[in-house]
Amino acid sequence: MMVTTRQQTREASVDRANLRERLAFGAIWVAAILTVLVLLLIIGIILVRGLPHVSLEFLTSAPSDLGRAGGILPTIIGTVVLGFVALLIATPLGIGSAIYLTEYTRETRLTRLIRFGTESLAGVPSIIFGLFGFIFFVDVLKMGWSILAGGLTLALMVLPTIIRTAEEAILTVPLSYRETGYSLGATRWEMVTTTVLPSAMPGILTGVILAFGRAVSETAAVIFTAGTALNMPTSLLSPARTMAVHFYILAVEGISLEMAYATGAVLILTVLIINVVANALVRNVVARRLRA
Amino acid sequence: MCAAGVILLVLAACGDSGSATRHINVSGSTSVSPFAEHLAELYQKQHAGKSINVQSLGSSAGIQAAAEGVAEIGMSSRELKTEEAERLEQRIIARDGLAIIVHPNNPIQNLTQAQVQNLFSGNIANWKDVGGNDHRITLVVREAGSGTFSAFEELMMKGIPNAPSALRQGSNGAIRQVVAEDPNAIGYISIGIVDKTVKALSIDGAQPSIENVRNDTYRFARNFLFVWPKGKQLNPLAQDYVDYVMSDEGQDELERLGLVRVK
Amino acid sequence: MKERIIGLVLAITALAALLALALITFFIFQAGLPLIAKVGLPGFLFNTTWNPTAKEPSFGILPMIVGSLWVTLGAMVIGVPLGLAVTIFLVDLAPERVSAFMRPAVQLLAGIPSVVYGFIGLTLLAPLVRNTLGGPGLSVLTGAIVLGIMILPTIISISEDAIRSVPPALRQGALALGATRWQVIKDIVIPAARSGIIASIVLGMGRALGETMAVIMMIGNSLQLPTSVLDSATTLTSNIGLEMAYASGAHRQALFATGIVLFIIIMVLNGTTTALVRRGLVRR
Repeated sequence: MMVTTRQQTREASVDRANLRERLAFGAIWVAAILTVLVLLLIIGIILVRGLPHVSLEFLTSAPSDLGRAGGILPTIIGTVVLGFVALLIATPLGIGSAIYLTEYTRETRLTRLIRFGTESLAGVPSIIFGLFGFIFFVDVLKMGWSILAGGLTLALMVLPTIIRTAEEAILTVPLSYRETGYSLGATRWEMVTTTVLPSAMPGILTGVILAFGRAVSETAAVIFTAGTALNMPTSLLSPARTMAVHFYILAVEGISLEMAYATGAVLILTVLIINVVANALVRNVVARRLRA
Repeated sequence: MCAAGVILLVLAACGDSGSATRHINVSGSTSVSPFAEHLAELYQKQHAGKSINVQSLGSSAGIQAAAEGVAEIGMSSRELKTEEAERLEQRIIARDGLAIIVHPNNPIQNLTQAQVQNLFSGNIANWKDVGGNDHRITLVVREAGSGTFSAFEELMMKGIPNAPSALRQGSNGAIRQVVAEDPNAIGYISIGIVDKTVKALSIDGAQPSIENVRNDTYRFARNFLFVWPKGKQLNPLAQDYVDYVMSDEGQDELERLGLVRVK
Repeated sequence: MKERIIGLVLAITALAALLALALITFFIFQAGLPLIAKVGLPGFLFNTTWNPTAKEPSFGILPMIVGSLWVTLGAMVIGVPLGLAVTIFLVDLAPERVSAFMRPAVQLLAGIPSVVYGFIGLTLLAPLVRNTLGGPGLSVLTGAIVLGIMILPTIISISEDAIRSVPPALRQGALALGATRWQVIKDIVIPAARSGIIASIVLGMGRALGETMAVIMMIGNSLQLPTSVLDSATTLTSNIGLEMAYASGAHRQALFATGIVLFIIIMVLNGTTTALVRRGLVRR
């Protein structure tokens, strides 16, 4: 008698545990599907409503009537140039920094401080970068609202991304590569340039591409440093309006919903391409490592 | 890092050489900039190779930019403060009426100035108290520092503070957009940018129209200003652009866009 | 000799991030502190009236602090359960092929510009909230929902790392004792990955707190102390973003001072995460 009862309670509790598991897993599946749906919804809405208004002419002509008509060429140029200026500054700094941290020093108080700086910088909100860029580059250094001021601000913003990914990429280069290099009598720098960097390059590139993506999508830090002028930029000291800023202004000011969707579609496509390329690079590296 | 810096400086220098009068910055009021931008577009069509960068940043920022030389010309939609007026030359380029706008489906056609004050200060919170439907009122105002905000405070509110529940938007266009979307909203924008997505109310029986602003029947109007440092000669391109804005063609265009001409 | 110079140059580049942080701190504080000194810290933090351009100006940022708190907490209520669920899904439930698709999708969620999120909130969610729940639609709720989604990638990527680094032996042991998979996840894996998960939540919080443009578009920016999630509110960031362009003199100082408050809160959050991650590593 006793035995059966105990077994029954045990079965009941197992049943209850199984039921709980089913409920929990069901909820988790729902959450996962919901997340994907939200992503598809956002991308879908922008592309479906925007793409019909995107044409070659839209991509290659200047806006007129404040963006109500015409295209977005100056904002595409503005975005690309701004992104490149930012990378031109941040990439050497970031890679140099990563090489130093991984190859040239041990863990010291200084490296801990540097890591703290990098991590903190990564967490600083973009509006703070905007405030800083506005007062330092635009005002104190008298660059005005310009591609240069915006690019420098963005460079600081993406620096942690580049440092971290480069560091990770360098750390995954097998120690044996280095040992071989040293045994052949290479100096540290020769080793870095001939062995470590080439082998870590795809990983580093991924970081650089992702950093470019951040520069493309940024608004708050750019609007106060590069300005909002709709003209084609003619020099590094011209102001520029990026696609993201143009999209923001079109949307918030209700200038033209169609043009906002069209600009949004181009923006989303750019981000998609950036992500696909970055992913392909990573997958390539993994595949190569597996083969090796 | 140094190499990158040098390249940047060289590029910057190249891009800038000999272009002292090829491009200028016109910065300031978000209320003025759509009009300045439009005239800049027309001007640039007539003068190939010249570039007028209109930056929509706000009156105070524009005044400051002009005073500091970051921009050749500042745009303001508020009167200059005394200390600003001491340092800056000002030119009235047009007058602009402030329209009180509501959703097109709102049955209200007219409000008195006192009613407007009571609405925006929060004393009246339901449309039925001013003869409308039984709905909560959504106020939409500009943020502190904008020329439109100060003009509304001075002309309409006479210093009575806004209700804290009022939504704040960063430009005329943004207010129009919110009011066009929300059936219970009320806001204020330039007469020049009122369109069919919103309805402009008459105040104390006077329609907000260019005609009524010109003959002072509609009293809620402010000046749009261009400013630049006193005692400093504008560079030729800036001077030419100011002349264009003040020309018959420029003024006609501004009137066509809904502003009140000053010449 | 050449090696020494190269090492020195590299060390200098490594200092760039630290230098940037120092410059940012210095200039934000330099621009904002005079105002805090003038109105006093309690007056700045706890005064409920923000009217920086009046004849007798008032610089109280309590409405923004409260607004930030509401919106951020709201975003956590939505983002944390959803993010942890997706994480568990990725680690424990998803078939290989599904997770191979999910992971880039989550990454893409992080890549979408914040203005696009704001636009969706403004044009789709706000009217929906207004028409079904009432209020102006541009509200704490609208902002919290969208921010909750925006912080998903942060929560997922970091807590996934934490959960994956739980030793498999722990799981297998519990399974062998007859626990269900869910019991193992709930009672063994999540507690073991606790510090990493908390770190992900704190970082997500920082992200929600720091977001600016999307928030300006979605929450209406009114200066009241919100009493319901359907009320409009202003956050520390959205007020800076909205007014910065227009500000001069004391008004501008007050916005930089708001930046100081934001900066300090974020630094405390960052410090917490770093400490948590370090503790997690040590314990492991």
